[in-house]
Amino acid sequence: MEWFESFWQVYNNLILTIGVNALLALSIWLTLSCGLLAMANAAFMGIGAYTASILTMNAGAPFPLALAGGIVAPTLVALAIGGPTLRLSGVYLAMATLGFGEVVRVLILNAESITGGALGLNGIPQETQWWHVLLALIVVLLILWRLRRSRIGRAFEAINEDAVAASLMGIAVNAHKMLAFALGAAIAGLAGALNAHLTFFIGPSEFGFDRGVDILTMTILGGTSGLAGPVLGSLIVTLLPELLRSFRDFRTMVNGAILVLIVLFLPKGLWDPKRLRSWFGRGAR
Amino acid sequence: MLEQQLVNALSLGCVYALFALGFTLIFGVLGVINLSHGAVFMVGAYGALQVVTRFGWSLWASLLAALVISAALGLAIDYFVLRPLRKRNAPHLIPMIATIGLAIVCNNAAQGLFGAENLRFPSEMVPDAQLHFLGVQISVLEVAIIVLSFALMATLFVVMRKTQLGRALRAIAESPKAAALLGVNVEGLFYLTSATAAALGGVSGVLIALYSNAVFPLMGQPMLHKGIAVIILGGMGDIRGALIGGLFLGFAEVMSVAYIGSTMRDAVAFGLLFIVLLLRPQGMFGKVLERKA
Amino acid sequence: MLKLANVSKRFGGLSVLQDVSFEVPPGKVFGLIGPNGAGKTTVFNLITGLLAPTSGTVELQGQSLIGVAPHQITRRGIARTFQNIRIFKDMTLLDNVVVGMHSHLSYGVPAWLFSLPAFRAQEARAREKARELLGWVGLAAKASDTADNLSYGDQRKLELARALATEPRLLLLDEPVAGMNTGEKVELMGEITNISRRGYTIFMIEHDMRFVMGLCERIAVLNFGKIIAEGTPDEIKNNADVIEAYLGRDDEVSH
Repeated sequence: MEWFESFWQVYNNLILTIGVNALLALSIWLTLSCGLLAMANAAFMGIGAYTASILTMNAGAPFPLALAGGIVAPTLVALAIGGPTLRLSGVYLAMATLGFGEVVRVLILNAESITGGALGLNGIPQETQWWHVLLALIVVLLILWRLRRSRIGRAFEAINEDAVAASLMGIAVNAHKMLAFALGAAIAGLAGALNAHLTFFIGPSEFGFDRGVDILTMTILGGTSGLAGPVLGSLIVTLLPELLRSFRDFRTMVNGAILVLIVLFLPKGLWDPKRLRSWFGRGAR
Repeated sequence: MLEQQLVNALSLGCVYALFALGFTLIFGVLGVINLSHGAVFMVGAYGALQVVTRFGWSLWASLLAALVISAALGLAIDYFVLRPLRKRNAPHLIPMIATIGLAIVCNNAAQGLFGAENLRFPSEMVPDAQLHFLGVQISVLEVAIIVLSFALMATLFVVMRKTQLGRALRAIAESPKAAALLGVNVEGLFYLTSATAAALGGVSGVLIALYSNAVFPLMGQPMLHKGIAVIILGGMGDIRGALIGGLFLGFAEVMSVAYIGSTMRDAVAFGLLFIVLLLRPQGMFGKVLERKA
Repeated sequence: MLKLANVSKRFGGLSVLQDVSFEVPPGKVFGLIGPNGAGKTTVFNLITGLLAPTSGTVELQGQSLIGVAPHQITRRGIARTFQNIRIFKDMTLLDNVVVGMHSHLSYGVPAWLFSLPAFRAQEARAREKARELLGWVGLAAKASDTADNLSYGDQRKLELARALATEPRLLLLDEPVAGMNTGEKVELMGEITNISRRGYTIFMIEHDMRFVMGLCERIAVLNFGKIIAEGTPDEIKNNADVIEAYLGRDDEVSH
């Protein structure tokens, strides 16, 4: 037990970060599964982080309420901007979400009185316990797992493959896209709220393009075929800079290289049930 | 004064238009959103700076160098990354994700090689003579930028509209399979387009570096965001749209800095982007129909 | 069942359909034929809501379909297959067909979240029905296979089964036998006849004259965006305008 306690002392922050990153990767996985590339999830994370932090710091709200605020705020924003944008083809959406993140960042920078501007928010109460993150992860995994097996999950798959054919199957494509988008925003917001109360400091630069790429890398690396992929990806991408100290400085560059290499050589990512089955299935004869 | 602002806006807008042109060319012909376009822009600027500081070349020579270096990079990106994805018929988002990765690698490589600080072209090389013309002040540099940009855009326009090559490119933009059946060398033209687009990006990189007197590794990123805003504003895949959209953005930015303040400058592009997406998503000249295979 | 009246469609300056009018009678097999580029697929796109007509009306059992979203049109009872086959390649055959049942599954969020009996029962019934439909087209044995390895003919059959899963009243078939060999065509002809006998109204676009003549009870002919004839197969076969459209002017009179 003592070994565990000292281990936890040193690494609990890292493990909880893995948990938060897993949530973020799952949020992008969800939108990707519906054929949407939402680079906006980093911005939603930021909205969730700031909302929750402002609730605990300025309004003295209890932690669960702050978390709820961190979930609801980005969801409302997603519902507001999703309407006009999701109606467009995936390409326009990707463009819009890329730009959206920048808008949020600029807004945060300029709303100094509420958000602390460029200096960010400091001294956020460290309320996040290990079981908060674990619970959140389990609940989200459960919801996404059940979702996949329902007609909604099937509709997502169909839309991802061929949105026009899906609409001719009686699937309300735009409504489903909005669901994926808003739910993804909610999960990202939750992750942001949890993370803010873990790191006790947040600044606008944390929720910009770099973060968006980080999350995307985790999901693409881990694999988009199933729920295990994003979790695996977040594990690897979070641990890599720790395991290979020299990589720390090059963290972003490595992420970029990973993106290119995976897209070229392992398009479905590491966790690809079909490929694994074909590798190991033969052996199991 | 309004006229002065307009003149400032013109040169800035020209550079935006030039950058957006490359971006929109790749989208129109290859069907790919190339987010490494910002990186070739940056590489052009650094390339020009290097030949000027290391080999003592003139500014015009450095522009040429930037053109060549960026074109080479654009070609390499197409050959090693985009082409295999084409062969695989990868869905839209995949090449885009790959170019995101490429941009990051390039940006960080530049940072590693040249450091993160702002570098400048030697001040004696940059013309700072001012001209007075009809009550407005315009620098020789700005004039050069405007003339060069328009020359390049006009050339592109003529090629696209009046030559066999342009016809072939437009056919590919409609449908690569149909173009191939008509005997067009689709793959070869893909390479040409990538190289040309990158060259335009590189040249605009040098121009911006001179205009704002700064060369730094991440200079491509904000440019990319503006390029996106421009082509959505002007219509994706349309050359006129890139031109007019670029000028419009230059104008909007200069106006907002003059009358609102500079902190919101970068947000202007996105504000416009969202308004356009809400009201007329296909932009001024874009087509709403999706591209056939 | 389906009525088009004075439908015109223009793309910019190009007139693709001009004053097209015809009626698809319920319970029968109706065919639309015409040379390539006559505008047949555009008619289907107009009916299914992917395009809007420049003028004219499209009515399903008296209700206008103009301005209605594609997925709503499907829910009103029109299903469609595609000329260039749009099956979901990464899904199994069974899943492909089950997707078609989307609008007929009615369980809510708690049901699928907690795997309640209503959810499980409906899903099971959907899978059963999907298997049955795959059986109608002879693909039941391959239900668990992924759809990307199917032969061309099998892909078309899958599309048919999937369209049937939406429980349509009117089935639009866009070139159902294109690319098939004779054996497959005969097989499909039989299957379509069976489906027709079950009460579905079928509206098909096809090039293969023998197929159309053998299967359709009424035929309309489209040439350069205009309807030039409508009637029974015999009437169409002997119609001078039709012969001219397909074969060109008969310079030599052959006895």
